Amino acid sequence: MPAMFPIKESRFLSGDVKLFRVEAPRIARKRQAGQFVIVRIHEHGERIPLTIADSDVEQGTITIIVQGVGKTTRLLNQLEAGDSILDVVGPLGEPSEIKAFGTVVVIGGGVGTAIAYPTAVAMKQAGNHVITIVGARNQSLLILEEEVRATSDELYLMTDDGSYGEHGFVTQKLQALIDQGRTIDHVLAIGPIPMMRAVAEVTRPHQIPTIVSLNPIMVDGTGMCGGCRVYVGKECKFACVDGPEFDAHQVDFTNLIQRNKMYRDREQESLEAFEADPTDDLEEAHHCHMEQKFPEVGPRTV
Amino acid sequence: MVDKLPPKQRTKIPRQAMPEQDACQRAHNFEEVNLGLTEAIAQRESQRCLTCADPKCTHGCPVGVQIREVVDLVREGEYLSAAAKLREDNVLPAVTGRVCPQENQCEGACVLARRFNSLAIGHIERFVADYERQTGQVGLPERALLTGKKVAIVGSGPAGLSCAGDLSLKGHEVTVFEALHEIGGVLIYGIPEFRLPKEIVRQEVENMRAMGIDFQTNVVIGKTVTIDELFNEEGYDAVFIATGAGLPKFMNIPGEQLAGVYSANEFLTRVNLMKAYDPDQYDSPIYDCRGRNVAIVGGGNTAMDSVRSALRLGAKNAYIIYRRSEEEMPARGEEVHHAKDEGVQFMNLHNPLEFVGNEEGNLTGVKLVKMELGEADESGRRRPVPIEGSEFVMPIDMAVVAIGTGANPLVQSTTPDMATNKWGYIVADEETLRTNKRGVFAGGDIVSGAATVILAMGAGRVAARSMHEYLETGQW
Ligand SMILES: Cc1cc2nc3c(=O)[nH]c(=O)nc-3n(C[C@H](O)[C@H](O)[C@H](O)COP(=O)(O)OP(=O)(O)OC[C@H]3O[C@@H](n4cnc5c(N)ncnc54)[C@H](O)[C@@H]3O)c2cc1C
Ligand SMILES: Cc1cc2nc3c(=O)[nH]c(=O)nc-3n(C[C@H](O)[C@H](O)[C@H](O)COP(=O)(O)OP(=O)(O)OC[C@H]3O[C@@H](n4cnc5c(N)ncnc54)[C@H](O)[C@@H]3O)c2cc1C
Ligand code: SF4
Ligand code: FES
Repeated sequence: MPAMFPIKESRFLSGDVKLFRVEAPRIARKRQAGQFVIVRIHEHGERIPLTIADSDVEQGTITIIVQGVGKTTRLLNQLEAGDSILDVVGPLGEPSEIKAFGTVVVIGGGVGTAIAYPTAVAMKQAGNHVITIVGARNQSLLILEEEVRATSDELYLMTDDGSYGEHGFVTQKLQALIDQGRTIDHVLAIGPIPMMRAVAEVTRPHQIPTIVSLNPIMVDGTGMCGGCRVYVGKECKFACVDGPEFDAHQVDFTNLIQRNKMYRDREQESLEAFEADPTDDLEEAHHCHMEQKFPEVGPRTV
Repeated sequence: MVDKLPPKQRTKIPRQAMPEQDACQRAHNFEEVNLGLTEAIAQRESQRCLTCADPKCTHGCPVGVQIREVVDLVREGEYLSAAAKLREDNVLPAVTGRVCPQENQCEGACVLARRFNSLAIGHIERFVADYERQTGQVGLPERALLTGKKVAIVGSGPAGLSCAGDLSLKGHEVTVFEALHEIGGVLIYGIPEFRLPKEIVRQEVENMRAMGIDFQTNVVIGKTVTIDELFNEEGYDAVFIATGAGLPKFMNIPGEQLAGVYSANEFLTRVNLMKAYDPDQYDSPIYDCRGRNVAIVGGGNTAMDSVRSALRLGAKNAYIIYRRSEEEMPARGEEVHHAKDEGVQFMNLHNPLEFVGNEEGNLTGVKLVKMELGEADESGRRRPVPIEGSEFVMPIDMAVVAIGTGANPLVQSTTPDMATNKWGYIVADEETLRTNKRGVFAGGDIVSGAATVILAMGAGRVAARSMHEYLETGQW
């Protein structure tokens, strides 16, 4: 009988981004900023990595923040408090390097804000001056504004369309800070790959140490499959055990983009099938807690 | 049943063939290839045994299965007793009957092998185990009185499972921790359904659950909990580490980063554990092999499993690229033979130099060099040497690198006071399987390096004996 991971709380942060508090006491106890879990929703599901945004040791819960981009994340985002997730394993990956760097700029793009948030908190606690730059396409996609504000010494909100905060990209703000002659000792950038690559190009000429969190396709998350391999300074690294954070100036982003496209057709198909008729998946996901009564989860009827 | 025949007549019976699914048909499905002996065939095969006074087969078996006695019981039609006899030495007979490299073990040692064909011991073993399974009369052994001692087993492959079984029988409270979401190790994520139906492994696990063993999936020791925490915070009295050799090796040649290049571990995990061969039912994707050219690099069981899986996923051409000759192939003979029947193309004495790709970063070919065999190396096998000027590029769409695995460092790196060797494997005493850390034992592939199911199972049982002794005496 698999042990379930009950969802204690869930709420949307924006149109397609949802926060979950999930009971996982062992993981809550061990997790450090920058680490992630791998989840599988039901017997027929795939394993996907999600960053641990926060944890509560006393309650024995972890927080994950999920953007519905494809089948698995959209299915997950239809679950509610009271539902359960079949498998949650972690904490995986190396924690972020946290120390008193001096002035740290944390850059979050889209759901990357959620991934960067725990590290920003830890950076602040370590005594850094934390400048946070958060970017989104428009206002409705901005998440965690209050939380981020509370941990930042300076916060800059950027929207692509100027619907909120300042008009422009996160890189423009970073460039502006550099041009103003601000000393920046460390940069952490998490978001879409093009954004991370652009940040790396902004900081490279100034030799500002820059860390990015990579999002290759993963399976086990324990170094067993090599599917998550990324190339950093020509060296092959497994992002799930050696990362997910790496030196932005060394990462081969082009390869990461190409490898992430490997299953595009299949992902599209499965998303379309799910959108057309989500009932089987939802039923199976909801049935998880009835396992006790029906130990065998049979194949779905199509 | 049938009376014993005089030896002369026994050797006249030819070795009975294993009924199999037709090669053309099975190359397109994931159902088991070998169908199993019928009772009549098993009877006939058992007649061939010479009932030697000094049975060489048992010496050839790494765990010393009492093969002569088992075969005698089969001949007498006492299949359940035969199964019980098997289980005295081998707790996973339905598995080993299917996957042991018998030709190098029991069957290789069998006296019949010298002049005739060896007794089909693996097939008989499988018949007996399946008979027992199908009658649903697996005799669950009696458990000793509870000792109050808690034991943690790390990893649920054959080493972990067999150790858990024995320790539970001795009355200890056993918990098995597994990183993945399913129990069974390589038996579940590596060896494909067509060679070892997962149902068999699941049933063994269910039996063990019924014995009171606690299985906890989704726990990565070294990450979720460390070895020290198992002792200090979770109250375990002893730990057995059986994490296998699961770290995939790559060749470190140019082009290995291309999309379409897999490690065998990833390819097989997607196919077996995640059931990517059934896309209507399961979400995990796999490279679309249909109508494509696929090459697998390597000559072991992993390579055979990968190439035959690729064929079943619809590959037009499925190649094995192996740098030595067929004679040196470490894969089980039966697998090579099955692969050939199914249409796998063997490119022996070829070695990849580079993977080539297009602008989108997708694999399009592999640059190969032809090899010839030179002097013997330390392993006694003739060393392959490249033939200068013989390089050429073969167009392929997907490649699987199946050149071996190493030690995953997750447990070792978080247990710094436990000794490892220069390759990162755990150092354990050969007889007791004790590590240098008090209360911690280790065995299976994580100690020996990638080996076999039966050796891992044997190690689990040795560990159980020595852990029991430690738990009883408290002496290290
Ligand atoms: C270390 C790490 C931490 C992450 N943290 C978060 C997070 O906190 N919140 C969040 O919303 N997302 C996070 N992601 C991304 C998230 O895992 C993917 O969005 C998710 O797997 C998409 O699955 P899908 O079926 O919904 O979409 P699909 O349609 O299957 O895929 C959409 C895209 O997601 C990526 N992807 C697909 N499958 C996987 C997989 N098994 N592993 C990794 N990437 C995959 C691919 O690039 C793909 O093109 C993280 C990824 C990594 C590697
Ligand atoms: C594709 C393939 C085909 C093979 N075919 C054959 C064959 O035909 N015949 C044969 O005899 N042998 C075969 N082998 C070899 C055989 O399977 C192995 O030698 C055997 O499984 C080793 O057993 P083990 O118990 O030591 O480890 P494994 O079976 O590797 O099991 C180890 C388990 O530990 C888990 N684990 C690892 N790290 C952790 C951690 N930190 N915390 C928790 N759990 C962890 C793993 O997920 C895994 O489930 C094959 C191997 C492969 C890969
Ligand atoms: S366990 Fe393996 S080696 Fe031993 S008798 Fe059975 S098949 Fe032969
Ligand atoms: S996800 Fe398999 S090795 Fe990283």
